[in-house]
Amino acid sequence: MKKTIKAELILENGTRFKGNAFGYIKETVGEVVFTTGMTGYQETLTDPSFAGQIVTMTYPLIGNYGINLEDMESRKPFLKGFIVREKCDVPNNWRCEMNLEDFLYQNKIMGLEGIDTRALTRVLRDNGTMRGIITTRVDDLTPSQIKQKFDTYTNAFAVKETTIDEMYTINGSGTHLAVLDCGIKQGIIRDLAKRGCKLSVFPAFTPAEEMLKVNPDAIFLGNGPGDPKDIPTVIETVKTLIESGIPVLGICLGHQLISLALGCNTKRLKFGHHGGNHPVKDLKTGRVYITSQNHEFVVCDLTDDVEPTFINVNDGSIEGIRHKTKPIYSVQFHPEASPGPLDTQVLFDRFLKIIEEVKTRA
Amino acid sequence: MPKDNSIKKVLVIGSGPIVIGQAAEFDYSGTQACQSIKEEGIEVVLINSNPATIMTDLGMAHYTYIEPLTIDFIEKVIAKERPDSIIAGMGGQTGLNLSCELYDAGILDKYNVRVIGTSIESIKEGEDRDSFKQLMEKTNQPIVESDIVTDVEAAVKFADKIGYPVIVRPAYTLGGTGGGIAANEAELREICGQGLHLSRVGQVLIEKSIAGWKEIEFEVMRDGAGNCITVCSMENVDPVGVHTGDSIVVAPAQTLSDREYQMLRSAAINIINSIEIKGGCNVQFALDPNSYNYAVIEINPRVSRSSALASKATGYPIAKVAAKIALGYNLDEIKNAVTGKTFACFEPTIDYVVLKFPRWPFDKFFGAKRTLGTKMMATGEIMSIGKSFESALLKGVRSLEIGQYGLERKSAKEFSLEELKQKVVKPDDERLFYLAEMLRRGYKVEKVCQITGMDLFFISKIAKIVEMEENLKNMNLDELTEDKLRFVKEFGFSDKAISKFIGCIPPDIYKLRKEWNIMPVFKMVDTCAGEFEAVTPYYYSSYDMENEVVVSDKKKVMVIGSGPIRIGQGIEFDYCSVHSIMALRKAGIETIIVNNNPETVSTDFDTADKLYFEPLTEEDVLNIVETEKPDGVILQFGGQTAIKLANFFDEMNIPILGTLPKHIDEAEDREKFDAVLEKLGIARPKGKGVWTLKDGIETAERLGYPVLVRPSYVLGGQGMEITHNEAELSLYLTEAFEKDSKNPVLIDRYLSGREIEVDAICDGTDVFIPGIMEHLERAGVHSGDSISIYPPQHISDEMREKILDVTKKLSIALNVIGMVNIQFIEFKGELNIIEVNPRSSRTVPYITKVTGVPVIDVATRVMLGEKLADLGYYTGIGKEPDVVALKVPVFSTEKLPQVEVSLGPEMRSTGEVLGVGRTLEEALYKGFIAAGMTVPKTGSTILATVSSKDHEEFVEVAKRCVALGCNFIATKGTARVLNENGIDCKVVKKISEGVPNIIDTIRSGVIDLTVDIPKKANDVDSDGFKIRRTAVESDMTLITAMDTFKAMVDVMEKKIDQDKLEIFDINRDLGHN
Repeated sequence: MKKTIKAELILENGTRFKGNAFGYIKETVGEVVFTTGMTGYQETLTDPSFAGQIVTMTYPLIGNYGINLEDMESRKPFLKGFIVREKCDVPNNWRCEMNLEDFLYQNKIMGLEGIDTRALTRVLRDNGTMRGIITTRVDDLTPSQIKQKFDTYTNAFAVKETTIDEMYTINGSGTHLAVLDCGIKQGIIRDLAKRGCKLSVFPAFTPAEEMLKVNPDAIFLGNGPGDPKDIPTVIETVKTLIESGIPVLGICLGHQLISLALGCNTKRLKFGHHGGNHPVKDLKTGRVYITSQNHEFVVCDLTDDVEPTFINVNDGSIEGIRHKTKPIYSVQFHPEASPGPLDTQVLFDRFLKIIEEVKTRA
Repeated sequence: MPKDNSIKKVLVIGSGPIVIGQAAEFDYSGTQACQSIKEEGIEVVLINSNPATIMTDLGMAHYTYIEPLTIDFIEKVIAKERPDSIIAGMGGQTGLNLSCELYDAGILDKYNVRVIGTSIESIKEGEDRDSFKQLMEKTNQPIVESDIVTDVEAAVKFADKIGYPVIVRPAYTLGGTGGGIAANEAELREICGQGLHLSRVGQVLIEKSIAGWKEIEFEVMRDGAGNCITVCSMENVDPVGVHTGDSIVVAPAQTLSDREYQMLRSAAINIINSIEIKGGCNVQFALDPNSYNYAVIEINPRVSRSSALASKATGYPIAKVAAKIALGYNLDEIKNAVTGKTFACFEPTIDYVVLKFPRWPFDKFFGAKRTLGTKMMATGEIMSIGKSFESALLKGVRSLEIGQYGLERKSAKEFSLEELKQKVVKPDDERLFYLAEMLRRGYKVEKVCQITGMDLFFISKIAKIVEMEENLKNMNLDELTEDKLRFVKEFGFSDKAISKFIGCIPPDIYKLRKEWNIMPVFKMVDTCAGEFEAVTPYYYSSYDMENEVVVSDKKKVMVIGSGPIRIGQGIEFDYCSVHSIMALRKAGIETIIVNNNPETVSTDFDTADKLYFEPLTEEDVLNIVETEKPDGVILQFGGQTAIKLANFFDEMNIPILGTLPKHIDEAEDREKFDAVLEKLGIARPKGKGVWTLKDGIETAERLGYPVLVRPSYVLGGQGMEITHNEAELSLYLTEAFEKDSKNPVLIDRYLSGREIEVDAICDGTDVFIPGIMEHLERAGVHSGDSISIYPPQHISDEMREKILDVTKKLSIALNVIGMVNIQFIEFKGELNIIEVNPRSSRTVPYITKVTGVPVIDVATRVMLGEKLADLGYYTGIGKEPDVVALKVPVFSTEKLPQVEVSLGPEMRSTGEVLGVGRTLEEALYKGFIAAGMTVPKTGSTILATVSSKDHEEFVEVAKRCVALGCNFIATKGTARVLNENGIDCKVVKKISEGVPNIIDTIRSGVIDLTVDIPKKANDVDSDGFKIRRTAVESDMTLITAMDTFKAMVDVMEKKIDQDKLEIFDINRDLGHN
């Protein structure tokens, strides 16, 4: 039996899960969420939307095909901790380049394995997302230490942490998009680039004017971490962009930012939507698609000039909106998948079509 | 779209008898479909020839026809019931093929029956080899490149194009003989030349070899609006080359990255979209382990064995949803019955590992060629659920009931490393244990992967189990600390395995576990990995933190299921388990079922109040008992699997409903049973256990030949045989003692009489026999393999009284409460007992349907303490109907190379069909047709080879055949006898006499019926054995018992006009309501 270092997860409501530490062993605090995707742990690990969070995989065997350098969704993982039932020590896949534990170690991510992840999921489902500490000081932290840790935790700067420092360009002969990177996944960039788009990618807190200066055909707002209301300056930027009359499109956090800029509201879901099996219905056609999702917040209270385009079949929540008169269109789910089903790839084409239509009209 | 209200009456076609490749999974899906349609207020007309199914139960469909599955009989049903719609995909390949035939023959048009669900055009697009190829091209999906060639040069040219290695498959040779893999041109020339020679039509298929690729399956659903979902992915642990039915399968796929997974998932969805599936579909892929290259192997546009597995693995009821789609619903309009909140339009996500293991019949067919390939050989399967691959694998191994609790197998110990290496390269049923043994001896993990093609992920897990086993071996009980024990239990080892490795007994481990509170918890299968609250209590065990079971304080009873389907323990026992649950539920009792067979109705999530998907071992079942604390446990319906647990339950003071363990023992223990019979003055064939050849010969002399011989303890060797003289007996005994000198051989006097069977219900006072069954074949043929006739045709009233009397005396004496099955032989006017089984038997579903007595319901209530008299039954025999209903066995031996096919004392059939008629001959006619046999007509040619002891009887029957205008071809001896008796007969050469010989004659297709009545079975080198094998492999009707032959001639003489034959709705027309 291999020497293991005991560790435990302490939740805000006092529930504790004892297991073994792995990866980079250093105490960590984060918002504990679960994701139900059975494949794609690497994409999950590197999805900036998880910044500040401790991610629990509901599928028990994680790391089976290792880690490769191709499937990264960002330059590094931003999550605060990674919880699995069992990590794989002997991964195998033709693209496997390193194993999970080494990857976490290199990126200084604390891992916890060997806990009853289903029990944890059920706690989160019943009580909602809450903060948690992963510590190797098992049974050793005092209540006041725990309280202090929870109290000092904040995820309000997650976008700042995940965005890029400087603007960059990806050349293409097609539609020119000004992309606001609030922690955007490479999957989105790839899907747009694949369609020939020219991409001017800006840091999250770039002023609208600067973005418009590159004379884009449209603005694209991608996914990102945290509560959209934590970044009011970006919401203001989006408002300005909308006022410019240029098409504004968004995915996930981008969708929430657009909605807020249009006067709608957002609220926190009890335990979020994380996984690759969420059915959403296209309200225009009635067709249902299986989508990849990863969000804690959801758009609500639509204003009169905004209408829903997609809803979630399970809980009826809004999954997409459009402006009734302006070329503004966004979705909550992830058409780029990675990880997850590719059924809504067509959304990218729909985005581009909206832009084309505006261009032709002009 | 909501329900299509123009659908009022739907025809459902079942899959017929259980055969290898088509087992209980279609009873499960068919039953679900019937229920799903019925609950929409639509009438269901059902046709299925298999009486041992839940779907053919009284009241399951509105109109139920247990009639032969041919388009003629289905047309009769359509003409009588006039359904407006037919659903094609619920009865396996049989149902699908029949639906296509009905369509092609214009019968559906003629009666205005429309196909709902997946259309015939779509089915054909997916099934037909050429259109499949075109479809794949159209949808840009790669397939395995192949071409049919008729000469070697063309083969070489094609191979150059697709690249080596290539697989050579000769057309129309059986068991894949003459094929092979060619790595280069020289090899191809050799193999192809040989293959062309062996192929009857001079064709071989040249196919690109994808040996070693991963085999991945997806279960996909699509509705009429085009919404698509995948229910589950599955990965074969064995790479491409082993039939998926013979492979260990894991769900979900374990070794695929998201990119690979989504690539295949998207491909599956594109395919079903392009052929417009409306319902479920299975798509099989081969995936190169070293690139993104893949190929679509095949698609099955219907429910399947894999869809049953996927349903059980995820909790998603594929058949039920497919039926709703056929009725017009869209996926987002169908509720997810497991959560009650979400909809069927989502993809299940699971938080455990599921393994499926095939169950092979090689324990019964010891002579069989066990090499696994592209033709399925498993009769059944088990499924195991664990939190890790290792724990699921260990659960799976102990669910198989092959005496294994870990990976160390005795048979593997005997081989050298070199021998083991040879063995694992060519997969057989023991490969898992052989490769584990190699790892145990230090053979490199990577090398095992290389020579088996199995993924390192799997092999390293197996290596981990082996390592743990070795660690345990180096430990003794004192060293087993709390932490260590907890670790090995979490890992997945059973107490039995642990105790075996460290050298103690299971109770030692159990005691420690109790002391340290190391007990499993139960987790729920809920389709959603805990994301939503689930309402269907479907559980598996795990050594973990949180127990999710909510134990009620209601009165509850646990029913132990029968595990995997195998020869001798088939779907009949699942039927009984399910009915017992229904009876208990009706009585207001909470029901708990424990079983591990994913193909069955019993493991459907809403059959019982609670389902535990667990191995049926002492420890695993005890865990559930200790959690649930049921008021009683029922063992009588789970076959030997459940009965085996009786003594253990007794020791653990677990309340057993029905016959008590000590009384079960009295019936099962030969000596105790003899004493009971002695006391009651009931006759049984005299017999004795012998230890030496001399003793044996003397005993046989005393008993008088022929004698029935069998080892008291079967050790991978000889089975039961009838020997007719000293020479045969000596040979048998010599061989038997050579193989195993430590156990006696049992010798019984063989009574060549009429075999009679009853299933009775006893409440301690009264004994009720729903019906007496008479066997068509005389004693010597296993009761499961003979044709059962009800009501009996040749049993006198006096004998009936005697049967009732003996049944009553014996049931009372054995303190039977509930079911008992008794087999008799009527010999020269005397009633002899040959066997008593203090449990439900395989004839119960049949007798329930043909007598109309709800046998299991009554038996269950009796076990709960009710009296027969209060239920309206008294000591006596049930009223007999004015029709004849018989059960005809169905065999799958053609799929098992080198297995004996003649009828004998060992059971070989896998399934059964029913034949119902106004007369015995009508019933037989239907039974033969339903069993796939051809009844000869005027001008038919019969090939005969009959052992000399049967010549006299045979001649008489042959004369009748000649009178009916049949011709004979026979081997020398048989021909001479026929000629001597004035019957014209062509002589055919024996195999040793050169070509063309009898084998060529059979293969040539000129024969309509082969009659081979052997003297001795299991002699693989004999001509007879080869003749019988050739006949079944050529899909020809073969008769191996004189009585069956006589019955067939009886039927021929009646010149039955099939067009005029009545069909019977078992709900109405059997006169019992």
